[in-house]
Amino acid sequence: MADDVTTRDVAASPATSPARGAAGRTSRVRPAAPARGGRRGVNSQLRKRLEIVFFVAPALALFGLFVIVPIATAVQMSLFRWKGIGPLVDFVGLRNYVSVLTNDVFTGAVVHNLVIVGLSILIQLPLGLAIALLLNRRMWGQSALRTIIFVPYVLAEVVAGVIWLQLLQPQYGVIDGILDAVGLGSPEQGWLGDPDLALWTLMVVLTWKYLGLAVILFLAGLQGVPEELYEAAQLDGATWWQVQRKITIPLLGPTLRTWGFLSMIGSLQLFDMVWILTRGGPANATTTMATFLINEGTERSNFGIAGAASVVLFVVALFMAVLYQQLILRRDTRPETGRN
Amino acid sequence: MTRTKRSVAAIALGSAVALLAAACAGQGGGGGGSTDADADTITWWHNSNTGEGKEYYDQVAADFEAETGVTVEVSAMQHEDMTTKLQAAFQSGSDDQIPDVYMSRGGGELQTEVETGVVRDLTEAAADEIAKISAFTGQYTVDEKVYALPFSMGIVGFWYNKDLFAEAGIDEVNPSPTIEEFYGYVDQLDQAGITPISVGAKDAWPAAHYWYYAVVRECPFETVENAIANTDYSDPCFIKAGEDVEDIIAKEPFNKGFLSTGAQEGPTSASGLLATEKVAMELAGHWEPGVAGGLTEDEQVPDFLGWFAFPTFDGQGGDPADQMGGGDAWSVSSGAPDAAVDFAKYLLSDEVQQGFAERDMGLPTNPAATGSVADETLAQLIPVRDGGGNTQLYLDTRLGQSVGGAMNDEIALMFAGQAGPQDIVDAIQSAAESE
Repeated sequence: MADDVTTRDVAASPATSPARGAAGRTSRVRPAAPARGGRRGVNSQLRKRLEIVFFVAPALALFGLFVIVPIATAVQMSLFRWKGIGPLVDFVGLRNYVSVLTNDVFTGAVVHNLVIVGLSILIQLPLGLAIALLLNRRMWGQSALRTIIFVPYVLAEVVAGVIWLQLLQPQYGVIDGILDAVGLGSPEQGWLGDPDLALWTLMVVLTWKYLGLAVILFLAGLQGVPEELYEAAQLDGATWWQVQRKITIPLLGPTLRTWGFLSMIGSLQLFDMVWILTRGGPANATTTMATFLINEGTERSNFGIAGAASVVLFVVALFMAVLYQQLILRRDTRPETGRN
Repeated sequence: MTRTKRSVAAIALGSAVALLAAACAGQGGGGGGSTDADADTITWWHNSNTGEGKEYYDQVAADFEAETGVTVEVSAMQHEDMTTKLQAAFQSGSDDQIPDVYMSRGGGELQTEVETGVVRDLTEAAADEIAKISAFTGQYTVDEKVYALPFSMGIVGFWYNKDLFAEAGIDEVNPSPTIEEFYGYVDQLDQAGITPISVGAKDAWPAAHYWYYAVVRECPFETVENAIANTDYSDPCFIKAGEDVEDIIAKEPFNKGFLSTGAQEGPTSASGLLATEKVAMELAGHWEPGVAGGLTEDEQVPDFLGWFAFPTFDGQGGDPADQMGGGDAWSVSSGAPDAAVDFAKYLLSDEVQQGFAERDMGLPTNPAATGSVADETLAQLIPVRDGGGNTQLYLDTRLGQSVGGAMNDEIALMFAGQAGPQDIVDAIQSAAESE
């Protein structure tokens, strides 16, 4: 997910900035040489275009090769029955889509993804905000605490997953050991082996892993809240709670909304942690759209079905992203466009 | 046109595959990308990438080179790496990237390779070798043509801890027990407070092996073959097999948390639990001593390991001598020079197979080498395997990844108590019909 964002940034920024730069330059050149006539104008026009092409081309080429072409190929693949070897010849139309959308495992996966999207925001937003507000006060061991909270996010997902897998091991794992020692029982099939518990256990691990990102982003956002506002509020006799509610949180809005967006996209694409902890099991209790498509694609060589599932995932993610953009993020982007 | 399509498709599979493909291209480049043009160099991919096995195969390649003057470029890879790279190489469709001699697992994968024309028919060219190992070539035959030479064929059975069995008071273990005797072992282990069996149901296939074996027991070999050929799994023996597995699950013999237990990774996997003496037995293939050896503290194959066959059932329809297992075979790609066929034949020669057996690298198929298996525990499997019955391939491999995957997932659901015997048959039937 993070890679995606960077690629898009890299691709987008040279695309816009040289264009603006070039436009700026022509407006400066024109009044200086008005008498030279049209030819110079055409030249500079051409030069401007060449410059744009020169600066934008590499980024566009990369974007095309690694974003557009794969998307187009996935769409193409989704229309064929293909086992992974040989040319695409067995055209099946939309049959792969029908089989994906009527597959209980896939619809289950979509539900799991949506549950994870919802729960991530419901759990991590208040928790992350509370921790960020606490850590924003000057206190002993502040930076140590920040580091501790952020460490899980820095750990490689696979490494964290393997560690949790060992901790959650039924009977011989540390967590069951501790529970046994204090006299509490643990589930018969283990935390990850019981279809009714696996998704919740997964949520706990995901919260542990991603809370750090929320806290760090919120803390960064809090640095942007002007000190004077707090001073003014204090002069007015506002309590700490009132200050947080009326000043900090509203001014943190853009950060919260951006984090919500990242969290949503991350939850929709969730794969590695699930793959390591449960492989989508037990009894398909933790499948996500991404584990479904890997399972169908690389494990079963049903590349057409995997292609269709990836297109569905793309459409769901795009739909939710656009919706979020329109309903929530627009508040942040509007004034900025106005300023430009 | 097709070439472009293929390379474009490769990109879509994501950067991982693309990188792997690039890595393969890099390797091919070392030899000057010469597979086709230059018949003096052949490429060989195998998965004996450590220790003695790797040394032995390097020696085999060097011997072949000395004898024939044909250079063999050996790539020894970890098994999963090899299968991923093979898939990427086939997807590239380029003879430069597809190895000349490679490992085939047979069944549905081989069928796809045959359909797309990437694998070479060896029926005529290796007729002598095929005659020697004909007991095992059935699973590598498509439309009566042999496309791979099986060099190792193992069978699945119960690997058990002799010490824990003794501790539970089981003095005599029948090498081919009935289901009642088997339940007797389970009860005695239970009473002694020992977890009887570990199973890595998280990975599905270890659980699925129970169902495959129950099918081999309940269904005559021909019934299964016909069902696969006609895509018709309505024979009641398949339901019977599901009921047998349900009975075993109902005895609750498995390790705690078996639904989230992996097959072979680490000490808490099913194999790990057997290796570290936490459970008394595990249903696994001939690879188990090697896997268990890698999971113990001293990295030695535990000497407490014993083996017995999957239990037989009263009134079963299958021949009791039939077994379920699988193996590895050498295939030659269709773009390879003739020297590659000679090399594949050389790999099946008495001499090479004997060396293979002496180093316990697998269970050789060449009858001249079966007596050379050094490890006693492993050697026990040979008389059972060669006991006159048929060896059914692991059904997921037999049916191909697509049907096999659907079947394994449904069997895993049965272990989770969420699917019955009919559901498994239905899952196979509908996956096979949409093939």
